[in-house]
Amino acid sequence: MDHLDRLEAQSVYILREAYKEFKNLVMLWSIGKDSTVLLWLARKAFFGHVPFPLLHIDTHFKMPEMIAYRDRAAKEWRLNIVYGENKEALEKKLTYPDGNLDRLGCCKNLKTEALKHTLSGEWPRWRFDHNLGQYAPDTNQEAYTGVIVGVRADEEGSRSKERVFSPRDAQNDWDVGDQPPELWRQYKTDFAPGTHLRIHPLLEWTELNIWEYVEREKIPIIDLYFDQGTGQRCRSLGCWPCTGKVDSTAKTVPEIIEELKTGKFANIAERSGRAQDKEGGGGLEALRRQGYM
Amino acid sequence: MFDQQRMNIVIVGHVDHGKSTVIGRLLADTGSLPQGKLEAVKQQCLANARPFEYAFLLDALKDEQAQGITIDAARCFFKSNKRHYIVLDAPGHIEFLKNMVTGAATAEAALLVIDAKEGVQENTKRHGYLVSMLGIKKLVVLVNKMDLVENSQEAFERTVAEYTAFLAKLNLEPIAFIPASARSGENIVSPSETMPWYHGKTVLGQLDALEPEGETEKIKAPLRFPVQDVYKFTAQGDDRRIFAGTLESGQVSVGDEVAFLPSGKQSRIASVEAFNEGPKTTAQAGQAVGFTLTTQVYIPQGELMVKVNEVQPIQARRFRANLFWMGKAPLIQGKDYKLKLATRRVPVRLVEVLNVLDASDLRSVVGKQMVERHDVGECLFETLKPIAFDPSALIDATGRFVLVDDFEIAGGGIILEKVESKETVDQAHVRKREQAWSTGYISAANRAAACLHHAKFVVFSGPPEVGKRKMAMELERRLFMERRNVYYLSDANLNGGLDQDIRVLMRDKSEEVRRLGELARIMTDAGLIFITALGGADEYDLLQLKTLNLPNEILVVHVGENPPEQFKADLVLPAGIDPKEAAEKVYQLMSRYQILEYFI
Repeated sequence: MDHLDRLEAQSVYILREAYKEFKNLVMLWSIGKDSTVLLWLARKAFFGHVPFPLLHIDTHFKMPEMIAYRDRAAKEWRLNIVYGENKEALEKKLTYPDGNLDRLGCCKNLKTEALKHTLSGEWPRWRFDHNLGQYAPDTNQEAYTGVIVGVRADEEGSRSKERVFSPRDAQNDWDVGDQPPELWRQYKTDFAPGTHLRIHPLLEWTELNIWEYVEREKIPIIDLYFDQGTGQRCRSLGCWPCTGKVDSTAKTVPEIIEELKTGKFANIAERSGRAQDKEGGGGLEALRRQGYM
Repeated sequence: MFDQQRMNIVIVGHVDHGKSTVIGRLLADTGSLPQGKLEAVKQQCLANARPFEYAFLLDALKDEQAQGITIDAARCFFKSNKRHYIVLDAPGHIEFLKNMVTGAATAEAALLVIDAKEGVQENTKRHGYLVSMLGIKKLVVLVNKMDLVENSQEAFERTVAEYTAFLAKLNLEPIAFIPASARSGENIVSPSETMPWYHGKTVLGQLDALEPEGETEKIKAPLRFPVQDVYKFTAQGDDRRIFAGTLESGQVSVGDEVAFLPSGKQSRIASVEAFNEGPKTTAQAGQAVGFTLTTQVYIPQGELMVKVNEVQPIQARRFRANLFWMGKAPLIQGKDYKLKLATRRVPVRLVEVLNVLDASDLRSVVGKQMVERHDVGECLFETLKPIAFDPSALIDATGRFVLVDDFEIAGGGIILEKVESKETVDQAHVRKREQAWSTGYISAANRAAACLHHAKFVVFSGPPEVGKRKMAMELERRLFMERRNVYYLSDANLNGGLDQDIRVLMRDKSEEVRRLGELARIMTDAGLIFITALGGADEYDLLQLKTLNLPNEILVVHVGENPPEQFKADLVLPAGIDPKEAAEKVYQLMSRYQILEYFI
């Protein structure tokens, strides 16, 4: 087994463990490369099926290509896809692009709050109806108790401290100082009522591993990651007002791998194009404590 | 040649002996830091008028900086010319033992740091003990802060001698001792010029020289495939019944004869299943796969699949184990814990604490009745249902377990051996209970003579939606019409009353079963034919009911598929038969068993 085989086997084990232990399980899908690899791993784990819903938090500032890609994949792979949003903040224009909030405040409103209330079932969820070919209000309003998220330990300081099965209390808070032990592939799968767990099957993967795996498995990835002839591409995907592009002429997955291994990105952090991380020192850490992915 | 395989290493040692500095050095001196990170941290130190330290590089979290100590096992990545490393920085403070364990349990090698000046301290020993218990076989000892002892060879040798003697008690032999100074970078990545007397490798050189754990040995071992789950995605138009899991050891091919333990059921491998891969006919240790079988057998998750022609695991309920405890509440007798061993989850009880070790000097404290937080002990356990395992010295994956107490993983242990016993915890309990049992002036024989039947506990078991409750109710009516002393108890009444305080920790209802068994003992003592239907019970639950109901008798009616095999039901009925007909069949059986003899 090579290093990708090992990572794959480990993630598959974690996904199966989550599916076994949680009745109300959901996987967050941001359309980006990591969660798309995660989706692929779910199909590996369950032999072609994805036996739980995929949740997308729609900020309505995502690049339009992302929404198109999401709905195309939903149809092609017959995915059970659900989205949620912060309707109130969007209506009242309490956002950064509308000029009413700073970047972090905007992330908190459109992502963290939307995620929190969509997970709990308090705010409406929209489910893709394969018969109608469009989204319809979701009748399931139960809270999700297991949330699969594609974070990686190498992304950023706070994520490096995560557990594979990471508890969140009733307020969605993450207690970094008192995390459960994990040993011998035994994770925290018992939880008190009102609490939930975040499950992180990609924790051990690096950005390079993700691309190597995309190449090996020929996973279809959204083309925003590739240079379309402008000499620029996205390295990490988010909302358009806060996602910068990097100068790169990588047009294919092997070219991206080469760039990460030896090229100019070998020593530059992946999220360096994400403007919200730079606000107020430790931006992502602050967001994550409040419930950000 | 560059090795694509990453190696996980854990850094352990007493607090303030310099673990974070060692990591900071490894990251910086191998050029593994993100661009600008070193300068940014130096700038930050300058702005705050603090002297720069390599340890600050790791302090990614705000509150960690505030406390100045590592609270969690943080992962860092670095790369040498040989391979990629993930280094886990384990906290030295005793309060963070569970974090240290978390980091260390995934590591292939451990780097243990000792302050040359302070020497061997309590956690230097405790961590050494845990490293051995967690199964990490490669240990490198770094004697740090050599500059504080004037780079003296004598001081170094003293620490080496003291710690070697300690490790010998654990049968642990370190690969190397390296004198170093992380702060000035001596012997971390570049060789030291201030310690010319040392001719060994640098820390990085030693790490690069470690041989990664080979898969060959695991593949050669007997097959151990814990069934993680059984899938049938019928709704998606997929009729395969797939047994999913990860091979912990060995290999298996299509056509191989396999057995599932502890149920003992056997079948043959029909196919190896995978998604987006070419056809496979074989699978080996480390792979997460799925199998289909040639025959339809009912296997619950948690069973262990083995090959019938290989060395078999041990099956038992009672075993001796070494254990470390991290729980807030101590490990005590008389409480049910949940044991997780590979994919098996069963209730387990502490039978006896054989001894508790003081991990810092490995002295035994005998006669302790409990295992307290941060203690390491040798204990006797008994599971409520049989488990299949291997002594951890033979196959580690099926020889180690964790214990869950009140939703939290509170302990970890390695199994030493199976222990024979004359009676189980339940049997001992019943024996003592019966010795003390007292009644009024009316004997069981008096009641039987008056009511014209013996007392009996009648249990309808089986999968959901097979009509168990209706049948139980019809039986009650049938007997009541004859003025028998009979009572049907709906399990829903228990949920809202007697069982209302049970928190759902076990999915297998062990506490509900225990209470029902005790209740049955009382009801049958009252001379009743006591009838109930029990969903989701397996044969061991039924066996427990039988034990707890002693000296009175139980009659088990199984409805539907998968009747118990080892503990046989008295009657097996097909799912969905007419409840009246079912009741009549049970009635006939009761007459035949002479439960109703007085009537005839």
